[in-house]
Amino acid sequence: MSNELLKIKNLSTSFRIGDEYYAAVDDVTLTLNKNEVLGIVGESGSGKSALAFSVMRLHTKAKIEGEVLLNNQDIVTMPKSKLDKIRGDEMAMIFQDPLTALNPLTPIGGQIEETLFLHNRKLGQQGRKKRAVELLDLVGIPNAERVFEQFPHELSGGMRQRVIIAIAIANDPKLLIADEPTTALDVTIQAQILDLIRELKEKIHAGIILITHDLGVVAEMADRVAVMYAGQIVEIASVEKLFENPLHPYTRSLLNSVPVEGQDTLHVIQGVVPSLKNLPREGCRFAARIPWVDASAHEENPTMHEVESGHFVRCTCHEHFYIPDQNEEKGEQSNGIS
Amino acid sequence: MAFLEVKDLQVYFPIKGGILNRTVEYTRAVDGVSFELEQGKTYGLVGESGSGKSTTGRAIIGLEDITSGQVLFEGKDITDKKAKNKNFRKDVQMIFQDPYSSLNPRKRVLDIVAEPLRNYEKLSKQEERKRVQELLDIVNVSPDSIFKYPHEFSGGQRQRIGVARAIALKPKLIIADEPVSALDVSVQAQVLNFLQEIQKELNLTYLFISHDLGVVKHMCDNISIMYKGRYVEQGSTKDIFENPQHIYTKRLIAAIPDIDPRNREKQFEFRKEVTKEYRESFNNYFDSNGLAFGLQSISDTHKVALPEKG
Repeated sequence: MSNELLKIKNLSTSFRIGDEYYAAVDDVTLTLNKNEVLGIVGESGSGKSALAFSVMRLHTKAKIEGEVLLNNQDIVTMPKSKLDKIRGDEMAMIFQDPLTALNPLTPIGGQIEETLFLHNRKLGQQGRKKRAVELLDLVGIPNAERVFEQFPHELSGGMRQRVIIAIAIANDPKLLIADEPTTALDVTIQAQILDLIRELKEKIHAGIILITHDLGVVAEMADRVAVMYAGQIVEIASVEKLFENPLHPYTRSLLNSVPVEGQDTLHVIQGVVPSLKNLPREGCRFAARIPWVDASAHEENPTMHEVESGHFVRCTCHEHFYIPDQNEEKGEQSNGIS
Repeated sequence: MAFLEVKDLQVYFPIKGGILNRTVEYTRAVDGVSFELEQGKTYGLVGESGSGKSTTGRAIIGLEDITSGQVLFEGKDITDKKAKNKNFRKDVQMIFQDPYSSLNPRKRVLDIVAEPLRNYEKLSKQEERKRVQELLDIVNVSPDSIFKYPHEFSGGQRQRIGVARAIALKPKLIIADEPVSALDVSVQAQVLNFLQEIQKELNLTYLFISHDLGVVKHMCDNISIMYKGRYVEQGSTKDIFENPQHIYTKRLIAAIPDIDPRNREKQFEFRKEVTKEYRESFNNYFDSNGLAFGLQSISDTHKVALPEKG
């Protein structure tokens, strides 16, 4: 039996603006193995959340093309009734904002019991309560019995995020998608939640897709990393390789813009992330932001190239890419300041 | 004479309750904070949400009422309401956290940036427009865009328009309350570089309020760590990162994700150790109410909140 849990093949997700469809996720192909953490990194607008929502099929109005195979069942074409059985059971999601993901009118216990009720009818009322308290315990909430009766507003942000994780893992999912699970939290709480996700991974043996814009979080959590830009994956590699030997100009620029020891001026990526309507549809999508790289360095139709085993990069422009000299760059930018 | 001196600043918010809606208790948002700033340097104020770091900044500039304590700006007490402190209002400006909500969506860029000028300087329309264009030029926003509205700009550009407004009156001190936390990393880099550049140009002093230790480390000369309304540690960037004394500081530093995946295991171990130490020695570092002690000097630049005898 193969180790493959999730296979995404040529997935495109398009949204309608006016009369036309625009692809927010464009031809993404990915695999996730059992027991693996795949990090997806990118800035806002890169399509990483749209990708996660497509895998969960949470978009209501988007046009989705391609295949999303979870244990060989295609989620994209699956009838709604079957999808309801899988969602929350075999695959589950941890949402970004713990303040809005919980129902403010229902006690915590009820919200956990709901998932249990929907997917495991055999469990009686007593059984559900027992399991819910167990889950609260598992995610490290002190006084689980008491929290069971409480309402979301009585809990802190970190505690609420734990509740959301408890709901997500209630039915031992095989696939867990965490969409910016710690972005709304303080650093110390973030560290606790990441520790928790890591511990749970050992316990429930799920494959995890971790979506984040924080390169530090990826470096700590992921086994493999996919970097997204403008709806496409531009680089995939093991986490060690990606940080040691990043290839794609976008990955390298991104890594250079994070403040690290002994760096005076941070690297700035020229221009802005193009909006959905203005995505370049032809050629290398990052080309406009690295104008100093010669146009001939880009492929006409950039495809993924396997540079080393398991290390894929889009377009050939990385071979000619360099981070321009800080001073030169600065001179260009500061025109008019003096 | 210090440039800005804050003495035993307290900001309490009343909690109302009971039938008559009387004040039953106070939330001590800022509970006895003292510090001094020198001109031309960058001071970091770090803490988790609810630690009182933003309230401190807002109290200095006058957006929150001070319960007790003094704020001396160039020797003058600006908490004294009777004194005319128009100059102070001009000399201290603020950059807000969220560039999406700190610019009035119904105003044009011209009106946004010119607002402080209209309050303090009598300029003709032409002069005003010229000044606004100069300011936009400084922040690298095209001077042609003075008739645009905020929604036409990206997050980074908006934050720079906010900066243009803040520097319009040539202030001496800028209080930056989480100026980059709403921005993507590449845009964050742009705004940070830029803040450093104009600091040199205009000899600005920054009070940089942030929860992100990585950014603070990059930007600041001096760092203060705040917890539950009090300072737990204060020192040069080197003191704080290389020789943290307070357990809370250590915990914050340990929580920063390491960007090198090879250090992963080491970082986990380190974090576990610090968490254990935090649990075990909590009572040595905090009083019976869970608050920090008063600051004790341990070197010329470095102060730590420790119990009296040290």
